[in-house]
Amino acid sequence: MKRITPQQAIASLHAAAARLSRPAKFMEVCGTHTVNAFRSGLHALLPENVELVSGPGCPVCVTAQGEIDQMIELAGRREVTLCTYGDMLHVRGRDGSLADARADGADVAIVYSALDAVQRAADQPDRQVVFAAVGFETTAPATAVAVREAAQRELANFSVLTSHKCILPALRALLDSGEVRVDGFVLPGHVAVITGYDLFTPIVADYRLPCVVTGFEGEQIVAALARLTEIVADESVALENLYPQAVSGAGNQVALGIIDEIFEPADTCWRGLGDLPASGLRVRAQFAAFDARRRLGLPPAENHEPPGCRCGDVITARITPADCPLFATACTPVHAIGPCMVSSEGTCQAWFKFRRTPALVNRKNHLPICEVLSGAAE
Amino acid sequence: MKGIHQPTATNSAPTAANGAANAPRGHRITLAHGGGGQLTDELITRSILPRFGNDVLNDLLDAAMLEVPAGRLAMTLDGYVVQPLFFPGGDIGRLAISGTVNDLAVAGATPMGIALGMIVAEGFEQRQLEAILDSAAATAAHAGVRVVTGDTKVVGRDQADGIYLTTAGIGMASNRRYHPDQVRPGDAVLISGTIADHGLAVMLARQMPQVRSALKSDVAPLNHLIESITAALPDAVAFMRDPTRGGLAGAGADLATRTGWHVTLDEAAIPLRPETHHAAEMLGIDPLDVANEGKVMLVVRDGTADRVLKLLREHPLGRDAARIGRVDGERDGLCDIRTRLGGRRIIQKPYGEQLPRIC
Repeated sequence: MKRITPQQAIASLHAAAARLSRPAKFMEVCGTHTVNAFRSGLHALLPENVELVSGPGCPVCVTAQGEIDQMIELAGRREVTLCTYGDMLHVRGRDGSLADARADGADVAIVYSALDAVQRAADQPDRQVVFAAVGFETTAPATAVAVREAAQRELANFSVLTSHKCILPALRALLDSGEVRVDGFVLPGHVAVITGYDLFTPIVADYRLPCVVTGFEGEQIVAALARLTEIVADESVALENLYPQAVSGAGNQVALGIIDEIFEPADTCWRGLGDLPASGLRVRAQFAAFDARRRLGLPPAENHEPPGCRCGDVITARITPADCPLFATACTPVHAIGPCMVSSEGTCQAWFKFRRTPALVNRKNHLPICEVLSGAAE
Repeated sequence: MKGIHQPTATNSAPTAANGAANAPRGHRITLAHGGGGQLTDELITRSILPRFGNDVLNDLLDAAMLEVPAGRLAMTLDGYVVQPLFFPGGDIGRLAISGTVNDLAVAGATPMGIALGMIVAEGFEQRQLEAILDSAAATAAHAGVRVVTGDTKVVGRDQADGIYLTTAGIGMASNRRYHPDQVRPGDAVLISGTIADHGLAVMLARQMPQVRSALKSDVAPLNHLIESITAALPDAVAFMRDPTRGGLAGAGADLATRTGWHVTLDEAAIPLRPETHHAAEMLGIDPLDVANEGKVMLVVRDGTADRVLKLLREHPLGRDAARIGRVDGERDGLCDIRTRLGGRRIIQKPYGEQLPRIC
């Protein structure tokens, strides 16, 4: 792919935006896109009639509260070592977070790969090692590989607590709800590497919305917005791939194969979207011994939201973080209430960290930065 | 940790018999090494003095005696708990000396003496301890600083993770004031080289030891580099900081808060090695938030910036020095960065634990 400069990308976006007959709103559904859009200062460079909003793309944020309670419940058991990706550590459940549980003596380990958890199980045969598996199709293959590895090594003390989600049912549910109007999607490069971009054909066919797959640098996101804006200005619809160096139509067959070998589709509860049919992944019966819910016996997840928290509305773009009364007052990255403020890929943390340009900070309806920075606004 | 669980090998030389099946593990530190008795003396005379010996330390008094010219003293203290103990580009010994030397140097003080405290877990390999001491001694010699006093304690094998070091440093303060209150609008912000190398090298070594990377920690004593600037251009520097934990983001945000002025950084000007950039992408971390252990951020008068840069670049530790920002006239106490894309965003101190135990 020819490399475009940031200036070229921005110029073509503005040229396309000038041809729009009405304002356009596009949604990205990937935590890395959320963060990099803010980190690159992209929002301030958008034409006035083009908006980029974040959808349900942050794995930590879409995990239902009941599943977080289950992780914390398991971590509290004497015989359990709970392994998790780092972002999960500070998400609050009914009774504190995994970090709180760890401070109380629970054995909680941060891992960078599901296979690290398998190795931990092999090294500590007297402990039940549970890997809390969150994420979309991007991380599901790694969890599947871990289960297969544990099965091959006949480990009797390794299991996974899965909260894996599939992106397409979430996009459909969001569009079917009729509450959120978007004019197209910036599709997640990471997920599409695994699934292939053909997965998203129904969005174009059934909802007549343009979709563009792209990478993660600021200029790549701008380039996707420019293409989406051009397609909308042309009153057309298309599924395009601006990330051909990594993404194909059919996806990674090896990764899809192992997902299918270990998991089957399951009804799953999402924060903000509720129960969606066949929107998650459950360990197949054949590998039930590696399913923490079945092996260790967990009460069913009960869903509830922290009082006042509107993360569910934020991840579905029904509101922006600034519309939540807790944002930057009671809820800050240092004292976070909802997962969107906890996760480094969460929309609220990204807003808190990056959105407030000097001009924004000085606006009257924003808290003084010194209060916000010190967390004294609680 | 695995290697430590061999209870019988504690303090005896390995025999040929067990050596064949199980590689000899050598001597280990026992509780008695920290007991203040003969083994402690042996540790001091065989391991410490040959490496660090000088006329102050050799006296082995309860307190070191230093001759001090009239003036102000600077004093600093830091604890080191990094894991792994040995990482690409350095180790805990080099880190402990460099960290304390740098804290003195950025305050404008000339380091005069260092106190070195060690807390060692029972069963720690003596050979590893000596490698750490060798490295600390070499670093101190390179910096031209003496270790003048110290302490060793040994705790039960489960009560510490290998070894922890503490270094306190004392130095002669310069008669100039390097302080946020010296910073003025128009001043230039410089960095002495590439950022984020230390934190990412340690994180990679610990979290992904299987990944091969050219990435190395930048850990180094900066006193000579800093003195080369302050001696040649005494009026140039307003304030200095070594951007350790919290990284350049922390140092930049703190500069704005402490001075009350607006600070603008230029993302494209900030030196970053490609391998560091890749490691940061892989771990999902912003290099601005990552610790450095061999870099200094300098705020200098605008008219002197080019001369300071030239001097920095003449020193091996300052070859990649760059001008990365400026202090502006707005009194909002904010730091923001002009991104490569041409946008702007506020820089804040990182939140909470980034990844623990990088220093």
